[in-house]
Amino acid sequence: MTMIFGVPLMVFMGQLMLGLINGAFYALLSLGLAVIFGLLKIVNFAHGAQYMLGAFAALLGLQYLGINYWVALLLVPLVVGGLGMVIERLILRRIAHLDHLYGLLLTFGLALIFEGSLINFFGVSGSSYPTPALLEGGMNLGFMFLPTYRAWVLVAALVVCLGTWFVIERTRLGAYLRAGTENPALMQAFGVNVPLLITLTYGFGVALAAFAGVLAAPLYPVSPTMGSSLLIVVFAVVVIGGMGSILGAILTGLAMGLIEGLTKVYYPEAANTVIFLVMILVLLLRPAGLFGKEA
Amino acid sequence: MATTQQLTPAMQRQRSARLRRNTLYLVLIVLGLLAPLAIYPVFLMKVLCFALFACAFNLLLGYAGLLSFGHAAFLATGGYFTGIMLASYPGLTPEVGILIGTLAAVVLGTFFGVLAIRRQGIYFAMVTLALAQMVFFFFVQAPFTGGEDGLHGVPRGELFGLISLSDNLNMYYFVFAVFVIGFAIIQRAVHSPYGQVLKAIRENEPRAVSLGYNVDAYKLVAFVLSAGLAGLAGSTKTVVFQLASLTDAHWHMSGEVILMTLLGGVGTLFGPVVGAGLVVSLQTQLAQSPLGNWVSVILGLIFVVCVLSFRSGIVGEIQKMVRKNFK
Repeated sequence: MTMIFGVPLMVFMGQLMLGLINGAFYALLSLGLAVIFGLLKIVNFAHGAQYMLGAFAALLGLQYLGINYWVALLLVPLVVGGLGMVIERLILRRIAHLDHLYGLLLTFGLALIFEGSLINFFGVSGSSYPTPALLEGGMNLGFMFLPTYRAWVLVAALVVCLGTWFVIERTRLGAYLRAGTENPALMQAFGVNVPLLITLTYGFGVALAAFAGVLAAPLYPVSPTMGSSLLIVVFAVVVIGGMGSILGAILTGLAMGLIEGLTKVYYPEAANTVIFLVMILVLLLRPAGLFGKEA
Repeated sequence: MATTQQLTPAMQRQRSARLRRNTLYLVLIVLGLLAPLAIYPVFLMKVLCFALFACAFNLLLGYAGLLSFGHAAFLATGGYFTGIMLASYPGLTPEVGILIGTLAAVVLGTFFGVLAIRRQGIYFAMVTLALAQMVFFFFVQAPFTGGEDGLHGVPRGELFGLISLSDNLNMYYFVFAVFVIGFAIIQRAVHSPYGQVLKAIRENEPRAVSLGYNVDAYKLVAFVLSAGLAGLAGSTKTVVFQLASLTDAHWHMSGEVILMTLLGGVGTLFGPVVGAGLVVSLQTQLAQSPLGNWVSVILGLIFVVCVLSFRSGIVGEIQKMVRKNFK
């Protein structure tokens, strides 16, 4: 059997694949954070909770309304994103003129509310969401066994990430968004409805988180706390990559997932902390982040 | 009095303000000394430990404008080190154990501080949160913390080898003394020229740089001081409750201390004390009521309300009212 540094190829590739899947979630979530941060200038601490809401909405939709996976994949981001827009319109807008730290604190409060309420109704232990029938099983690629659902998650996440990149960098709407990031007052003077743009942007960022949540539902146990620990890692990813660049956020997310996967193969004790260690290294060597601009 | 006539009105005002402040401190100290006669001392000790924790946090947020989302790490580090020391070396007196825990927090604070002050604003908060999560994972895996179960059976011991702290009243007066010392350090720091420069950095960092201040050094000292005092609070708490647990290291705890400070009043000396008292009482009351499971939802709601419409906090609002009506 082929060995890579003393580890069987199958195991090595399997862990790398798991890492890449985690990386896809890091990428989706840090992308959403970056999009929201760009225009609203707040760090959305509720992002983890909104990811969790996405997974829960899919689970409850299946259990009580019989909504299948494919419909949920489309419907849940719309519903949770809509909830996000309501939150932006009713709450976040009131503090938009204040120090941006208040936005962080407010969304932290919202995260506590979402997480705490769901813990009360469903407890902390997770439930499992069945893999959709179409994506069951897997393929043997010779050097590794690839479960179909994992392959799908990777493809779907990458398509959504690159689609977002395309919309922001290559379309007229994206141009508005980038201009709004640079100078919202001037945009408004040109007759663009900036408040609406802000609401839609927040909704879109939240929808990305919810989409990630639906994708994650068949992979990880669906529990109220599934988002918060993930979010802290995503924060580290964001510090590593910097929130200035969309492509940077995607690449950093995937790379960090891979590094985590590799660590799991060679030194599992550090798998939890390796991303934080990379963050420390980046802070020491390139304080603005890999893709960040020096302030 | 001849000397009084030579003072300018501004100096007189300053002098009378100082007099009023000292009277207030005196009254509060007397109240603190009498409190255990009326209220359960263990509850009071819990409040005092968290009040010191919140005051330490407020030094950073309120006076340096730095939002740390990782202060739980210092509380827990102080607690664990004190707990391990006292549990493994029975000859050690509690004050030495607390000193060791505090030093451990100072060392960790220096490490956090050096890294975190390289980034500003929102990134500062995220960096401290990530670093604290790393410390949390370390404590989960480390063999000496008892993992999920926590560290139990830490002896209270005898203060200076003389006074038994097993007695709750003795313990209370010790905790009260620790709190007063910690508070005095913060009070001194805030009202010193150092504190003034810190506030200047908070208000306008580029201007402070252009005036020639080494901004990073000022921030780092504030961070280390805050971390050390948070560690002192954690160490003292471990001696009081005879245990150290992962709850103290969890990011929820970092959020709670922010809430205490915000609710009481960011950038006021007494705000964090009031906030800590309220949050701890609320948690204690709710734990016994049918709403016990809703604590984190209620804390979240208070967070949202505070940020939306109560940003000066309780003490801040009172100060505003006094200033408006009495001057």
